[in-house]
Amino acid sequence: MIKNGTRLASQVCDTQVIVVRSADSLDDLRCGGAPMVELAAERSGELDPAFAEGSVMGKRYVDEAGAEVLVTKAGAGTLAVGETALSLKEAKPLPASD
Amino acid sequence: MATSSDPDRTAVVSGDVRLTTQQLSDLADGGAGIVAGSQASHVAYIGTGGVMLPLLIFASARAGVTFTPINYRLSADGIKTLVARLRDPLVVVDSRYVEELGGPDGLEGVAKRVIVSDDFLSQAADAEPAAEFADPDSVGVVLFTSGTTSQPKAVELTHNNLTSYVTGTVEFGSAEPTDAALICVPPYHIAGVSAALSNLYAGRKMVYLPIFDPEEWVRLIDAEHVTSATVVPTMLDRIVTVLQAGGHRLASLRNLAYGGSKVPLPLVRTALELLPHVGFVNAYGLTETSSTIAVLTPDDHRDAQAAADPAVLRRLGSVGQPVPSIEVQIRDESGVVLPAGQTGELFVRGEQVSGRYTGIGSVLDAEGWFPTRDIATLDEGGYLFIGGRSDDTIIRGGENIAPAELEEVLVEHPHVRDVAVVGVEDPQWGQAIVAVVVPAVGADPDPDELREHVRKSLRGSRTPDRVVFRDELPTNATGKVLRREIVEELRAAPAE
Repeated sequence: MIKNGTRLASQVCDTQVIVVRSADSLDDLRCGGAPMVELAAERSGELDPAFAEGSVMGKRYVDEAGAEVLVTKAGAGTLAVGETALSLKEAKPLPASD
Repeated sequence: MATSSDPDRTAVVSGDVRLTTQQLSDLADGGAGIVAGSQASHVAYIGTGGVMLPLLIFASARAGVTFTPINYRLSADGIKTLVARLRDPLVVVDSRYVEELGGPDGLEGVAKRVIVSDDFLSQAADAEPAAEFADPDSVGVVLFTSGTTSQPKAVELTHNNLTSYVTGTVEFGSAEPTDAALICVPPYHIAGVSAALSNLYAGRKMVYLPIFDPEEWVRLIDAEHVTSATVVPTMLDRIVTVLQAGGHRLASLRNLAYGGSKVPLPLVRTALELLPHVGFVNAYGLTETSSTIAVLTPDDHRDAQAAADPAVLRRLGSVGQPVPSIEVQIRDESGVVLPAGQTGELFVRGEQVSGRYTGIGSVLDAEGWFPTRDIATLDEGGYLFIGGRSDDTIIRGGENIAPAELEEVLVEHPHVRDVAVVGVEDPQWGQAIVAVVVPAVGADPDPDELREHVRKSLRGSRTPDRVVFRDELPTNATGKVLRREIVEELRAAPAE
């Protein structure tokens, strides 16, 4: 299983994420239709138009297995596990406490 | 992230220093270069904070080195003892403390290298930058506990603990462009560390007031259009005194968070009345939990204030509900999980919870639960009530008595401004209950009347055996009452 805190990049757009809460499902984490890779890894492929909804900077995305990633750089691709798109986590806002 | 989102936003205001997010990031890169070049395994900071705090947090992280802010109020020996517990530290020290520490060579033998804060700041601007990405499971920050009941323990917080706290409680970039936070908690306190992280993440300007002064606090709120602030109980008390003198509205302030230790309920009510436009936030957390784990929100405060239902009214004295990423349990002494309404020890679990100490290891149980050593109760609505430290429990005639229970009753008496209840050795009862009372301004309370006031609310065995009066209670800089000092003083002068 991918470790919490791991940073991953899309091969086909600018998206970068950090793993906030890992799950086995993230082994098949994709962006823009292509598997996400370590930041230093080589990249190849092209954005799949079927997975081009985009990712939003600073937002958290979750899957049904409880995995959670945080977008640290926005891009054109859709975040997905396999072919199932992750959903945007709607957080109940907490008041500033520090 | 903060840099790529809005590089030219003012991130830090500290005295004459104003830095944008980009400038802070560049300085942190240069600072990381200094840290990496020193080949230290640890960075320690002795000083009052301000811009040095976010700078050193991020410079240390980018150098992949653990950071420890140390209580600058300790004696020179006290500081040296703590520095000696860190491995090969680079010590950054504010110039005003260099002399107290015995001059430039005062830390020889315990520090690998010493650098004055102003020099660190100016060198960071020119240093060869370094920007490593730390292993998430490595220790990012070590904080020494205040040690009010024992020797300070070194709490290890990993990068994962700290980032889990931030991502679990703050939305990235959620602050308005005009938002500003006034930070006056000390740098060596967990709230100082978390304030630097969460406000930067939220995109909120951080205005530092390193040495707390209530008049200056009020002035800065207006001058920097501050929208949120966090204070400890003693600060709130002094701010309320300034506000009562009149002339200040704090028009820009939207949120005022209080925490660090228990705030007397009458003080909360007075503050709420003085600042009807402000949303009050009671934040509860421990060093070991990377700051806040439960929050009583502004709406909770308003609901409790307006409530006819006594159960809701009571919540003004609670610390609210756990944050979404934290689980809580109340357990009895044998470890059985208790239902709502019953009192026991608070256990918490979550990614932000460390529970690990240098030299001791992890105190989490097999399922990852951390024993807080705080006495607590959950009500039917999931609101958490904290009844003090289990270490402070008085055992009188075989009965366990939580001082907080008596304190909550006594502080509601109109002649009482503040109170601490402690146990002192007693030949008959094992421990006798002593209430140390700070009278309200102009009041001259009668000890028997105060004892009677407690007896009416609690059982007879929970009535103070003695009531003594003091002008003030000894507290540390974060408002924690130093009970051990009170007990020692009572023991030294028992005849009263």
